[in-house]
Amino acid sequence: MSAGWVVVIGLGLATVAIKAVGPVLLGGRQLPPQVLAPVRLLAPALLAALVVTQAFGSGRDLALDARAAGLAAAVAALLLRAPILVIIASAAVATALVRMFA
Amino acid sequence: MSAVDIVPAPAMVPTVRRGYGEGARAVAPMALAIAAFGLSFGVLARSAGLSPWAAVAMSATTFAGSAQFAAISVLAAGGSAVVAVGAGALLNARYAVIGLSAAPALRGPAWLRFLLAQLVVDESWAVAQTSEGVPDRERLIGAAFVLYVSHVGSTAVGAFGLGLLTNPKALGLDAAFPALFLALLRPYLLHRRTLTVAVAGAVLALGLTPVAPPGVPILAAAGAVLIGVSRP
Repeated sequence: MSAGWVVVIGLGLATVAIKAVGPVLLGGRQLPPQVLAPVRLLAPALLAALVVTQAFGSGRDLALDARAAGLAAAVAALLLRAPILVIIASAAVATALVRMFA
Repeated sequence: MSAVDIVPAPAMVPTVRRGYGEGARAVAPMALAIAAFGLSFGVLARSAGLSPWAAVAMSATTFAGSAQFAAISVLAAGGSAVVAVGAGALLNARYAVIGLSAAPALRGPAWLRFLLAQLVVDESWAVAQTSEGVPDRERLIGAAFVLYVSHVGSTAVGAFGLGLLTNPKALGLDAAFPALFLALLRPYLLHRRTLTVAVAGAVLALGLTPVAPPGVPILAAAGAVLIGVSRP
């Protein structure tokens, strides 16, 4: 089985289990806030890590290449409160242009 | 679906009309955005090496956009399948919390609660909120149905349509990943605590990239939550 299918099945099973755990096992009971607080903060930590590793990671090295121009364009679009599609498109276009002319 | 766990305070939510159709109607504008998301997922999954059917199967079973993007971006960077699953599962950990808050609306025998729990995604949960603080079951189901069709359908269009693209890098598609995660990060940059955690996560991930296998720096960034929790 390819790595792709392993991820499809593994992540699918993990997600189904995560979603089911509250309604199936705990019913109406609430977890204590000491447990809830760190779980809520996982998203910003992981998303930020994804931004920088996808923009500057190159295998086991850090690289400043055309993707950095894309990220800069995305930041500009973000500051202009552009919709999500515009943010993504500006990053792709900026990177493609740098690659074309650099 | 998106990483934005929108959690409106119950008191701020106006009285909503109940019913499957009302939920479907309320979520329709978001379903358009989800379709754009699914389309780009289909395209990027192909460039990360997934077959079109694998991409569609992932949208159909995981049904959570940000986790799917995280998993395939680890694969695209050369990370192992285990690390890819770990990164996606960590991003979905918030659904354990959201599932708890939706639990009162998901009545019935255990097998039915299990199935209904799968319909809880950020958008369906947000649309189902009522002034009483308990999500409306019918609105949740109606909204989730529209979102599911939109998510899976658009992934299929993106995944099967990509056969036409030969060199995704020339189009700058690899730069679409960081931009997408940045867009998902936006709401967290507006509050000090989540901003601090985001910066710490970024620093941790960058610092570990030269010394750890691909994908591991992303998992390790989860340690940044400790900074957010320890601060008042």
